[in-house]
Amino acid sequence: MNAFAQIRQSLIIALWFMFLTFPILAVRVDTIEKVVEWRWPNMIYIGIGSFLISFVWRYFLGKKAQGAAKLVTPSVQAKTATERTKAGQAGPRTAKDTAAASGKPLMQRLMAEPRLHRPILIVFSLLGIAFPFLPFASTYQINIVTNALLYIMLGLGLNIVVGLAGLLHLGYVAFYAVGAYSYALLYYHFGIGFWAALPIGALFAAIFGIILGFPVLRLRGDYLAIVTLGFAEITRLVLENWNEFSFGPSGIAGIPRPGLFGVEMDLHQATIYIYFLMIALCLFTIFVVNRLQDSRIGRSWVALREDEVACEAMGVNPTTAKLTAFALGSTWAGLAGVVFAAKTTFVNPASFTFLESAMILSIVVLGGMGSIVGVIIGAFILILLPEYLRAFSEYRMLLFGLIMVVMMIFRPQGIIVGIRRIYEFKKGAVKEGIRQ
Amino acid sequence: MEPLLDVKELTMDFGGLRALEKVSLQVLPGEIVALIGPNGAGKTTFFNCITGIYKPTGGDVCVRPPGKKQRRINGMKTHRVTAQGMARTFQNIRLFPEMTVLENVMIGRHCRSRAGVLGAILRDGATRREEKDIVDASYAILEKMGLAGEVNELAKNLPYGDQRRLEIARAMATTPFLLLLDEPAAGMNPRETDALEELIRRICKEDNIAILMIEHDMRIVMSISSRIYVLDYGRMIAAGTSVEIMENPAVIKAYLGEEETDPEKGDGSIFQEK
Repeated sequence: MNAFAQIRQSLIIALWFMFLTFPILAVRVDTIEKVVEWRWPNMIYIGIGSFLISFVWRYFLGKKAQGAAKLVTPSVQAKTATERTKAGQAGPRTAKDTAAASGKPLMQRLMAEPRLHRPILIVFSLLGIAFPFLPFASTYQINIVTNALLYIMLGLGLNIVVGLAGLLHLGYVAFYAVGAYSYALLYYHFGIGFWAALPIGALFAAIFGIILGFPVLRLRGDYLAIVTLGFAEITRLVLENWNEFSFGPSGIAGIPRPGLFGVEMDLHQATIYIYFLMIALCLFTIFVVNRLQDSRIGRSWVALREDEVACEAMGVNPTTAKLTAFALGSTWAGLAGVVFAAKTTFVNPASFTFLESAMILSIVVLGGMGSIVGVIIGAFILILLPEYLRAFSEYRMLLFGLIMVVMMIFRPQGIIVGIRRIYEFKKGAVKEGIRQ
Repeated sequence: MEPLLDVKELTMDFGGLRALEKVSLQVLPGEIVALIGPNGAGKTTFFNCITGIYKPTGGDVCVRPPGKKQRRINGMKTHRVTAQGMARTFQNIRLFPEMTVLENVMIGRHCRSRAGVLGAILRDGATRREEKDIVDASYAILEKMGLAGEVNELAKNLPYGDQRRLEIARAMATTPFLLLLDEPAAGMNPRETDALEELIRRICKEDNIAILMIEHDMRIVMSISSRIYVLDYGRMIAAGTSVEIMENPAVIKAYLGEEETDPEKGDGSIFQEK
């Protein structure tokens, strides 16, 4: 589209906006003085503002369309290359050929080649270890990063259910609550410590996952989303109203922080300890999820997401696949819940609202469904951004929403696209790598 | 010879609509059997009934895997039917588009392997060996189907003909004794159809897999099938060899309707060589 048409379109949009906002932004009726105040400058600001925003918006949309057109061309080239290899000596294509032929974006090249991502990984792990001892790292700073780590764990857990198995789950927070209350109640009634509560909380959450899994086995998509949402609300309402069991809205206080062989710690030290504990748990999560992803079970989840009928016709039992996805996804929520209870030393139902589920789901969707790195980046952005935007406290949710909207329009597949493993076949030897 | 698949008087009702009425069909070992019929005759419904996607209202579906006893499989879950040794493809391709070609085939090995969650996390020796077996077996199948050059391509990026072949490869990975192909040649050009015919013959002969296929392309049906069944309005109206079917008046009527025009003008055969 040429520039003139762009400008004309933006002009129409600007006029339309001026017309729409005219009654609220331009006219003010002063009921005391009994006069009508006309605020024409406001109208002009709206006009100019909407014109500029619409113009920039269109510019980027145009760029995106161009990008899509460009992406088509290399894939065609790749196809001809494939045909050439097929016609001639049919040598299997190596990863490098594919990378060279299709010219994938930087992000994916980074992930594919160890030579490129290893230094970055090393820098990040050093940063992770050094962070609590850096001069600017106050207790508050460490706390919010720990919080982000907690959400990485939750995000990776939900990623199993939503990203891999494709089951839209809006009630994930219920399992987080199960984990947190398991520790709180086990401590309150039986004096069970953090380390013993960790596996028990995870187990309870997994059992709850299976209990939820059974009735929703036949449901898909929207229906599943609504049932899971309902389940989470029921869990929260039970916690809120069953005073004898969960102490109602006032919650349970005085939950001990995790111990370290009886070493006495002040608040700052305890915060650092929980930080490292979370790092360890996150690494454990990444390790397990990564292995699950490339296993027989992981493949059956992805197949289930892609096409349930075909999946079953190929001999995968969808019941087992769904239940394991629910159980394993919930396990991580349970673990995170126990840590959450220990970290805040207090649990109440207000921490487990639908907003929390939506937040975790946003992390998965924003980061990129089915991608571990994507979920990690998504968690950092969505948890740390509102914290650091506290300076603009009034607008921070607005900004947050804006980022989400822009993201979904320009990159709906998430920051990082889930990648499939590639296999190389050379003289019968099987090598494994990551898909470009 | 004992039939591999023995369907006796299969009936399927959808509410008041009778989609299949007392349909009987047999597939013997080493046979290529075709199921033909006009659109809406109930062919795909028949496939869905015998693979457990629909639960038939009446009749019997029995399979007899080579070297095993006969088993009735009505109403058995689809994945269990596949585990028995009957694998199918779909009329409209149903691959796993976001998975690679190799992974698509590896899914087919699912019911022939057993690693669980713990095995996946610990990746012990047995799991690793099994995983390697899955990869090797899948690759061997892809090599046979001529898709070995595309193992790491996403299934959705394959050309149409290759997608059809990949669907067959995926079904083959379940090591079936009977392959059910639902319109394998649909949308293929004559050259691709010839290649497909060759492929189906090879699967039947080399892997000793019997084949039951639904197909509209009469050229491939007539040249490949040892026997043909004709379905019309949910009833089996004819069965026999290609020559018998071509001359069967009921079949001609089903395809062309009653002859209203002067019979002298056309010979009324749809099965002429093109």
